[in-house]
Amino acid sequence: MSALSVSGVDKSFGRTPVLRHLSLDVAQGSIAAVLGPSGCGKTTLLRILAGFEAPDAGEVRIGGRVVAGPSGEVPPERRAIGFVPQEGALFPHLSVRRNVGYGLGRRGDRSVRVLEVLDLVGLAHLVDRMPHELSGGQQQRVAVARALAPRPALVLLDEPFSSLDAGLRGEVRSVVSAAMRADGATAVLVTHDQEEALSCADLVAVMQHGGIVQAADPITVYRAPSDLDVAEFVGDAVKVRATFTGGFAETEVGRLPLRAPLPPDGSGIALIRPEQFVVTNRNGSAAPSTEYGPAVAATAGQQSFLGHDALLVISLSSGAVVTARSLDPGPAGERPVWLSVRGPVNGYVRGGKTQRL
Amino acid sequence: MAAAVALLPLGYLVAVAARADPAVLLAQVVRPRSLMLLGSSVGLAATVTAVSVVLGVGAAWLIERTTLRGRRIWGVLAALPLAIPSYVAAFSWISAFPDLAGFSGAVIVLSLSCFPYVYLPTAAALRRLDPAMEETSRSLGIGPYATFWRVTLPQLRPAVAAGALLVSLYTLSDFGAVSILRYDTFTRVIFTSFNSSFDRTPAVVLSGMLVLVTAVIVLAEARTRGRARYARLGSGAARLSARISLGRMRTAAYGGLGLLAATALGVPLLSMAYWLSVGRSGELDLPRIMAAVGGSLVLAGGGAVVTMLLALPVGLLAARYTGRLPGLLERATYLGHAVPAIVIALSLVFFTVRYAFGLYLTVPLVLFAYAVLFLPLAVGAVRASAAQSPPVFEEVARSLGRRPRQVLRTITLPLAAPGIAAGTALVFLAAMKELTATLVLHPTGMDTLAIRLWTETSTRSYAAAAPYAALLMLVSVVPTYLLGRDRRRTGGLADLEPQA
Repeated sequence: MSALSVSGVDKSFGRTPVLRHLSLDVAQGSIAAVLGPSGCGKTTLLRILAGFEAPDAGEVRIGGRVVAGPSGEVPPERRAIGFVPQEGALFPHLSVRRNVGYGLGRRGDRSVRVLEVLDLVGLAHLVDRMPHELSGGQQQRVAVARALAPRPALVLLDEPFSSLDAGLRGEVRSVVSAAMRADGATAVLVTHDQEEALSCADLVAVMQHGGIVQAADPITVYRAPSDLDVAEFVGDAVKVRATFTGGFAETEVGRLPLRAPLPPDGSGIALIRPEQFVVTNRNGSAAPSTEYGPAVAATAGQQSFLGHDALLVISLSSGAVVTARSLDPGPAGERPVWLSVRGPVNGYVRGGKTQRL
Repeated sequence: MAAAVALLPLGYLVAVAARADPAVLLAQVVRPRSLMLLGSSVGLAATVTAVSVVLGVGAAWLIERTTLRGRRIWGVLAALPLAIPSYVAAFSWISAFPDLAGFSGAVIVLSLSCFPYVYLPTAAALRRLDPAMEETSRSLGIGPYATFWRVTLPQLRPAVAAGALLVSLYTLSDFGAVSILRYDTFTRVIFTSFNSSFDRTPAVVLSGMLVLVTAVIVLAEARTRGRARYARLGSGAARLSARISLGRMRTAAYGGLGLLAATALGVPLLSMAYWLSVGRSGELDLPRIMAAVGGSLVLAGGGAVVTMLLALPVGLLAARYTGRLPGLLERATYLGHAVPAIVIALSLVFFTVRYAFGLYLTVPLVLFAYAVLFLPLAVGAVRASAAQSPPVFEEVARSLGRRPRQVLRTITLPLAAPGIAAGTALVFLAAMKELTATLVLHPTGMDTLAIRLWTETSTRSYAAAAPYAALLMLVSVVPTYLLGRDRRRTGGLADLEPQA
């Protein structure tokens, strides 16, 4: 059963449509990331799920129960949700213990549960601190613990890590997603950071122009994006002209196998991820016959060294330019290279919209 | 209801004016006496505003942007004159320099009392200013003084204009100081004509003219605000601007600030001390002083409670909902700021005499007047303290299963409580110092500190007035200092920001 089911939700502010017939299903116990550029309406979606806004049309079910729909709205306090806003928003006048216990009322296991969820986020030792005595990352973890404490049917997180600096973000993110998994929580996380979405979610729903354009597991979204917009949003994308025939794409960088579902035969665009390129030196050596097929001659130019790897700008014989990711940047300056592509690529036919068919 | 409270007096004034014969009204308006009053009131307001702007901006620049020593102390000294009621300052000056009566005395006393209205917002604006703009200007080859004129000053304009507006409104509505200094403005003549004759037409006409002048000033200020934006663009932490070393001008700067502090604070204190020591040789009328203290406490305490009760819903509404109705409600309560106390008091007199004679000259009527006068103060405090708990707190609380009423009790009110308490204290102090409405409306036989001071001063028994002046100053200065200290200590929202 879906823990969350959104169907056909519309929402406008004045005359500006924000959500257009949006649908989304999230399975019990999984973490879904709604990924989209700023202004795509993802925060509005979250606020509708929480009950802070009412949809103009459509239906929202949490745990099978209709909480928003034609028949009316269930107020936020009766939706069994946990909400983690951007800056955590710990109640400044309450200690960590009372913040986390806020949603538990006078339940008998109150103090036990407070320590239990604080332990999940690794902060049980800070239970008597006041919010201003915590670092930003700790505040954020307490905010997650507070949301988890009443065992909500659904936890909603609004860009919860974006206010943290880069070094801290990864650590807090893994602690929080581990905590939510340990507690068996179902969660919807809203973010504009593709790395965040891909690394901690079971389901990535890419949102554009007020609707979900693709919802799938992170690997599928990255490797087989449903259209070029999605492809470019979830990672670096290299687009080359291609002719599709019999499951292969004929391109300037070779004859590349296409990933299913296959596009119709004809001309279109092949999508290659920069890390699919294999770059080797071409100092008079013959074309290496790699397992990825014959390599093409090209010239490596400008490089940006990123530490863990490097981006190379490579000019093809036609004058077209592609970007390749390489673990070994090689010597600086222009040099002749062999270029081949590893793994299957995605084909998209042209049209008004570059829709994968 | 709070808005109705605020609007009632003005509405009544309009109603009375509308019922009267237009020809009679017009005759009153164009009387030479009325026009002369218009000239003297506007002239005084303009002069006091100009002097206050020079003093306020100058002090703010010296204290915030130069390397003078003792900036914190200078800052406190420059803000303190605000705490001394202008009629107390007027008492101290006229008792020390009896020749000061008239225009020059009014300008000196009111400017020295009012310049902090310009100093405080200007200093705050200088502190908030993004140094990157001045630095950019300098990097483009513009010298420090030209940069101040071309970049810094234009950005200060809204702050200075807001301060100047307050100064001119204060001057126009001031009754105590001009009366004690015997300079005829609208307020003083309205009071005397109300006191001395049964024909209320002159008082109503003059009140109407006064209200019109204040309205013109408020509108003019709104127009000049212009369309430029003065906010910092982009994010990033603001740094502090580099301070300017004054070099040889240093001594002059210390001298100027010293003279300002000496005249604005020293003269009132010394003069009061002198009259107190003179008065000790006579008998100190203790029972009378205690009665006045009691009266002040009763009226100010009641006024603070009533005002805050009315302000709570308006302030909470204004902080939470941006819409036409809450905006209008809030603005209505701000009338108390723009309409002079004498006008509000008189309209309440007329109203009760005609429709509710039982209330005429009673404590409830005084409390009602305080509510009209001080609602802006209280609404502002409630609004600011409700902003201490941004809506996201309430949303989180509701998502955790609490009903709206429980959220109000467990989150919103606890977070707003310190601000509401401070707001109540502010109203209490303001009511304690209030002279005009109290004088017109107080029950016969009831004394307050302000009324005693006024009565004794108007018969020139300065020694007898001194204890009341001293008590009023004590009541004003000490809590102002405490409130200021408190506000610095609570970090408020700053604590919430991520610290990583």
